[in-house]
Amino acid sequence: MTAEHAIDPNGIGEMGPKGVAATGRGAGGPASKRVYVGYGFWIFILSDMVMFSAFFAAYAVLAGATAGGPSGRQLFDLNNVAWETACLLLSSFACGLASLAAAGRNALWFHVAMAATFTLGAAFLGFEIKEFAGLAAAGDGPQRSAFLSAFFTLVGCHGLHITAGLLWLLTMMAQVVAKGFRADILRRIHCFVLFWHALDIVWVAIFTVVYLMGKAP
Amino acid sequence: MNLLGKLDWNALPLDQPIPMIASAAVALGILAVLAWVVIRGYFPYLWREWLTSVDHKRIGVMYTLLAMVMLLRGFSDALMMRSQQAIAFHSQGYLPPEHYDQVFSAHGTIMIFFVAMPFLIGLMNFVLPLQLGVRDVAFPTLNSVSLWLTATGALLVNLSLGIGEFARTGWLPYPPLSELTYSPGVGVDYYLWSLEISGVGTLLTGINFVTTILKLRAPGMTYMRMPMFCWTALASSLLIVAAFPILTATLAMLILDRYLGFHFFTNEAGGNVMMFVNLIWAWGHPEVYILVLPAFGIFSEVVSTFSGKPLFGYRSMVIATMAICLLSFMVWLHHFFTMGAGADVNAVFGVMSMIIAVPTGVKVFNWLFTMYGGRIRFETPILWAVGFMVTFVIGGMTGVLLAVPPADFLLHNSLFLVAHFHNVIIGGVLFGAFAGYEYWFPKAFGFRLHGGLGKAAFWCWFIGFYLAFMPLYVVGLEGMTRRMQHYDVPEWRPWLLVAAVGAIVILAGIVCQIAQLVVSIMRRDELRDVTGDPWNGRSLEWSTASPPPAFNFAVLPVVHGLDAYWDIKQRAREPTQAPSELRYEPIETPRNSPTGFVCAFFATAMGFSLIWHIWWLAIAGLVGAWATFVVFAWRDRVETVIPAGEVARIDRRNREARFEALAVRTP
Repeated sequence: MTAEHAIDPNGIGEMGPKGVAATGRGAGGPASKRVYVGYGFWIFILSDMVMFSAFFAAYAVLAGATAGGPSGRQLFDLNNVAWETACLLLSSFACGLASLAAAGRNALWFHVAMAATFTLGAAFLGFEIKEFAGLAAAGDGPQRSAFLSAFFTLVGCHGLHITAGLLWLLTMMAQVVAKGFRADILRRIHCFVLFWHALDIVWVAIFTVVYLMGKAP
Repeated sequence: MNLLGKLDWNALPLDQPIPMIASAAVALGILAVLAWVVIRGYFPYLWREWLTSVDHKRIGVMYTLLAMVMLLRGFSDALMMRSQQAIAFHSQGYLPPEHYDQVFSAHGTIMIFFVAMPFLIGLMNFVLPLQLGVRDVAFPTLNSVSLWLTATGALLVNLSLGIGEFARTGWLPYPPLSELTYSPGVGVDYYLWSLEISGVGTLLTGINFVTTILKLRAPGMTYMRMPMFCWTALASSLLIVAAFPILTATLAMLILDRYLGFHFFTNEAGGNVMMFVNLIWAWGHPEVYILVLPAFGIFSEVVSTFSGKPLFGYRSMVIATMAICLLSFMVWLHHFFTMGAGADVNAVFGVMSMIIAVPTGVKVFNWLFTMYGGRIRFETPILWAVGFMVTFVIGGMTGVLLAVPPADFLLHNSLFLVAHFHNVIIGGVLFGAFAGYEYWFPKAFGFRLHGGLGKAAFWCWFIGFYLAFMPLYVVGLEGMTRRMQHYDVPEWRPWLLVAAVGAIVILAGIVCQIAQLVVSIMRRDELRDVTGDPWNGRSLEWSTASPPPAFNFAVLPVVHGLDAYWDIKQRAREPTQAPSELRYEPIETPRNSPTGFVCAFFATAMGFSLIWHIWWLAIAGLVGAWATFVVFAWRDRVETVIPAGEVARIDRRNREARFEALAVRTP
């Protein structure tokens, strides 16, 4: 255990040297960049959650507005959703491994774990596209009813976030190849990992509110 | 397939003289400014020092400038409405309905999103890091992106003047009127895309400020030692983070309805119109506090400085601010009591709305008690503050009246409501912005604004406001609804004529403000302030030079209590505290970056092409914006280092100038 580790057990710059007040808490002056970059990204995630909650609210209001069309119980295929969920949660696990590899500065394992994250994330997206395409082909696209509009928007918004996340993931892999584990690259990896896990939380809510409650008798 | 989407020559309003002449004049004005910049060889300077700047002070100045230019546009719309209603008695006036509807929609949209917001965000940008005693905001490049995305929104709204049309749906596009069936033109699309794009900029600003205030403060500056303006900016930024995503989501739903045939708010297929109204006000009510809280902070600073006293009841002020921050999310339904939610729901929201008056009242009393017993210097900023207190209390009381549901059923959508919110927004937000502009101008540029013209501007605005809006309370009570293009009730006529006169008096105020700026720049040597502290201020922004160096503080100040700079000045009087030579260290400052400007260029292309259904260009714009970020992420040198010697040279020069000036002032 290094001396640095003893003062800062979580390795996030929480505490200053012994006897000196912590930074970013008033007494000790500005926080380190490592701390406030992550902090700012948390605030962004909070704002993203607010946006999702607006779509959730719209879905809750419109869930019964099927306009004579099919309801969730008739449309949802829980098998497909189970595979989707498994892919996404496993990709989050792989993403956690990638962040450990980055913390250990191990480029090989970082790339392996990120590639696994990407593959599982892309598989999730594949299942989602399959579901959407199936619904649209059967005439149950978002134009069919207010319920389906809200469904496609809420789930699709999560899917768009996953797509953006996959683009970001590839960019981060390229950055590690080109620049190595530089301090700013590590901060970005940290933010990406936060983003990816946050999307899991949103998915758990979608899985529950949309699919489980929609399928419930 | 048409490469230009819906865009063709018919988009130009060749048959309508007013927008045609106005947009031609604006275009000529812009071209003239551009030509002047290029011919005089200022462009490299402008690009290097301003357009690509990530310095919070420069970004703050540019935000404020954007707001002031847009104020002229929004005010022209106001003049058109007042003159139309003054003459459109038993006649059609000079503005046909479809044009008049665009004028009032553009007026509201521009005044809220592109005047009030950028004005206050500009002041926050400029002041926050200085008051917190740090060198910049948390994310300087992101700050520049925010600025330019806001500018993109403003540009798109103004493009609608000359290319196509603007929304005719009011400043909040209620469906089903704003749906494709009833608004098939591009007007609503201009509204939607300009607000989606500038909304992203505002959200990023909110995140940036929250992080800055909570994580970046000078050593010793605990929460309860932060200047009041920082507290109100924190509350406002928290509201931005919590409310603007709702706006983004709501407008996205309307976009999906209009572009892809979804059914969120349509009349058919189960769409729910009232859901739009609920969602938009879940953003919209916090929005009014996003605007007014920073203004409260400015008044707190101004009142305390010009009374020569610490702010009365600092702790109660902090609690009141945060209480308003929280309560502002619990009252949105009072904007539509007439929806028919039932007596119980209306009663709850009515009571909640009245409760907000309590913390606001606490604030007013705190300002009054700060002035009580103080040695008040009636400079221009405190005139705005006193004018605000009188005006805002009247506006607040009519607000409490509107919060009573039965009264609201009578007053809903009447000019009484219009008078009320102008009463609080002009009297609160705009007076606050002007107070802050007068107060911090010498900090930004090193010379004061001309006092006499400033006072003239204040009196014109103050009197003009009462002339223009008190009559609207009366006609509102007499049953005149808002947004009327013509009318035939003779009782309303005299009041509307008075209101038109009021608008002209306000115009005189704006002319005074322009003259003040021009005269002040011409006489800047007389108005020069080398002390950095022209008002005998109390917070840390006055402890550095005017204009502050790029790094703000050569050595980060150490804070020992509230009113940090006042404290430092008191200590300096004690002979034991001889000013010692500071230990200078090299300072890292973020490098300038064109990311924000380039990103906004692509966002403009994307927004414009989405409005006109030019799909290939929209995709190109999106890819371009993404590529800009990747290029930004790829750069290796993100900071420049100012060597210790250079820091010392700049700081010693500033300190010497200050000591010389002080020696002359106090022999």
